[in-house]
Amino acid sequence: MSNPTALQNGPRQSAVSPAHHPAGKEHSPDAPLSIHDMTVAYHRKPVLWDVDLDLPERSLIGVIGPNGAGKSTLIKAAMDLVPKASGRVRVYGLPYRKNRKRVAYVPQRESVDWDFPVTALDVVAMGRYRRIGWCVPVTKKHREAAREALDRVGIADLADRQISQLSGGQQQRTFLARALVQDADLYLMDEPFAAVDAATEKAIVKILKDLKADGKTALVIHHDLQSVEDYFDYVVLMNMRIIAHGPTSAVFTEDNLRKTYGGKLTLLADAAEAMRRVQARS
Amino acid sequence: MTGARFSAVAIAAVVLLVLGALWTSGSLHAHGPEIRPESADGTLSGSAAEWPSREQWVRALSLRDHNTRVVVLGVTMLGLASGVIGSFTLLRKRALMGDALSHATLPGIGLAFLVATATGITTKSLLLLLVGAAATGVVGVAVLLFLRRYTRLKEDACLGVVLSVFFGAGIAVLGVIQQLGTGSAAGLETFIYGKAASMVPGDVVLIGIGGILVILVCGLLFKEFMLLCFDPAYSAVQGWPVLGLDIVMMALVVVVTVIGLQAVGLVLIIAMLIIPAAAARFWFDRMLPMTLLAGGLGAASAMVGAGISAVFAKLPSGAIIVIVTAVVFAFSMFFGPARGLLPRYVRRRILQRRIGRQHLLRAAYELLESKGGLEEHTPRWIAFDELLTKRSWSLRRVRKLARGAQRAGQVELNDGGIALTDLGRADAARIVRNHRMWEMYLITYADIAPSHVDRDADMIEHVLDADMIAELEGLLSRPVASCR
Repeated sequence: MSNPTALQNGPRQSAVSPAHHPAGKEHSPDAPLSIHDMTVAYHRKPVLWDVDLDLPERSLIGVIGPNGAGKSTLIKAAMDLVPKASGRVRVYGLPYRKNRKRVAYVPQRESVDWDFPVTALDVVAMGRYRRIGWCVPVTKKHREAAREALDRVGIADLADRQISQLSGGQQQRTFLARALVQDADLYLMDEPFAAVDAATEKAIVKILKDLKADGKTALVIHHDLQSVEDYFDYVVLMNMRIIAHGPTSAVFTEDNLRKTYGGKLTLLADAAEAMRRVQARS
Repeated sequence: MTGARFSAVAIAAVVLLVLGALWTSGSLHAHGPEIRPESADGTLSGSAAEWPSREQWVRALSLRDHNTRVVVLGVTMLGLASGVIGSFTLLRKRALMGDALSHATLPGIGLAFLVATATGITTKSLLLLLVGAAATGVVGVAVLLFLRRYTRLKEDACLGVVLSVFFGAGIAVLGVIQQLGTGSAAGLETFIYGKAASMVPGDVVLIGIGGILVILVCGLLFKEFMLLCFDPAYSAVQGWPVLGLDIVMMALVVVVTVIGLQAVGLVLIIAMLIIPAAAARFWFDRMLPMTLLAGGLGAASAMVGAGISAVFAKLPSGAIIVIVTAVVFAFSMFFGPARGLLPRYVRRRILQRRIGRQHLLRAAYELLESKGGLEEHTPRWIAFDELLTKRSWSLRRVRKLARGAQRAGQVELNDGGIALTDLGRADAARIVRNHRMWEMYLITYADIAPSHVDRDADMIEHVLDADMIAELEGLLSRPVASCR
């Protein structure tokens, strides 16, 4: 389906984009994350279709969409955590595996077992493991960096607590600190605002703004439509495919939201359902 | 901190064990290696009816007997290694994979024996048998992983399939060997239940090398393994070879299983992999001390178990070691400071008492508040009857709480009621304020999942930032009492 004769080779403007992009463009070298024609399937069930996305630099990007829209999968596929059926991903112009150190990942809080015998500081220090390298224990320098990161998220006094004794918000802050301590340029966050207390929400927002001021970019999966306009200057609306993406003021419209959320039985979902039925029969 | 003290104890225990091992190994001069001695009769047969004499006990427990010393040293090394690697597999939630692995070693043992007999190599060369064991053990794990990955069967079902099929195949192979009637097959079944007494110094050297290898690799890859166990996805994102690390971890389990076959047997080796690690988890909330203690507990219970089985020569040593390990586990489960049942019960009682006391002080404070008694300087008595109206609690409970508060210097107590002391009044004011702030918070920010705020453990100031506290205080200071 890609069209090799497509002419626009210049860096893409992050203007309002309609649902379908002309395919076959170059990756823009400056884009923190540039995804082309990416399709992802779990167990033969497609979850992402032909995703085309170039993220603008120095911005806070909200990813919005209903449950099962493939938001987490988008992040995971970009980092090779789940296999892609097709498509290419570039991080600042390079494949992900060649540019890992510029990316920091904040997974969903539920993705780990918080009974694990480690302290908050131990978890944050994990953000430094790659820098520390093989077989070398965590040194004082890196522990100090971890402590500073905990201080940045406002829970330095809880550094030595076992992680199950942290509240949900404090656990989320610990994960955020682990990403901060990596000192990356692109932050991919999977629902950092899910079920946190008000103070944590404020703390995270402040850190996001600080990151942006430092020239970094954050892609944040978000659920609360009310706060989108306050938190993000760029949004990606998606439901198995990209519905629209662009500056919040232009893209975050009722019309686009209806396209994203409205009517569970969109054409794509129908198609997926039909495919599942065919496969189940065979 | 208790954590530091316990880790010191754990480290000391490990050091002592290593020293003991070195001392014992000094007396291990060259005995014929790699050839297993004539093994005793069937494993579960024989009776333990004759209670050993006092002399036998002393002999065994003082390690005066050379043979006992060899056995105890070997088994101790095994316990140490299995405790350490067991901690990782437990936290990786793959503890039972070791069980599939160990059961899958049996056909390998039989096949290796057949190969050895057919080719005329020294029969029962231990190394050859163990290589065979490792080979089918690995195949068993591979089949398990394959089933789980491609059939979408759940892990427990896959485990059941692999474990029983491989074990059955192993029994069949042993049966074939029996049929061949080479005569020298006797003793192969000691691998099923373990017979530490059949170990010779050469076996101990083998166990020692395997154990040291396991501990060394775990030490070097400690942080890599820890990250893999805690958050494999994050590990992968950082670029660690997750699959490779998992394979290394599994390989170490293979090593421990294989070197443990002789002493503990393949049915029970899983106990050495799981129980010391699970027991150590009750003592520590951090991974390094937990791992060290697991090694120490594994070594200690293996040592004691091997000692006892040296006295009861006819009992399978594996069973005794497992029973000793279970005793250690039970003790840890009740008394382990990190998450043992007893410390947890005590902590809950203390918390309940503290909450009860807070209820008492708050009730007294609110009664004074409603009667305008807060401004008076002389303590004003509050009758128990009044306190009883504030909550649904019995007179007996109120009196009990009051006695506790009296001991803490918060109230004065007489037959009819209580009076707040200055200290009690200050404490009560703080408690009431905190309580009302929480109520305000839950009303004001009702939409933000209050269940995710840890109310019991922290003061509200600890959870909320200064702005919000100020805002809540503003709401509180409004003329009409805004709560209830």
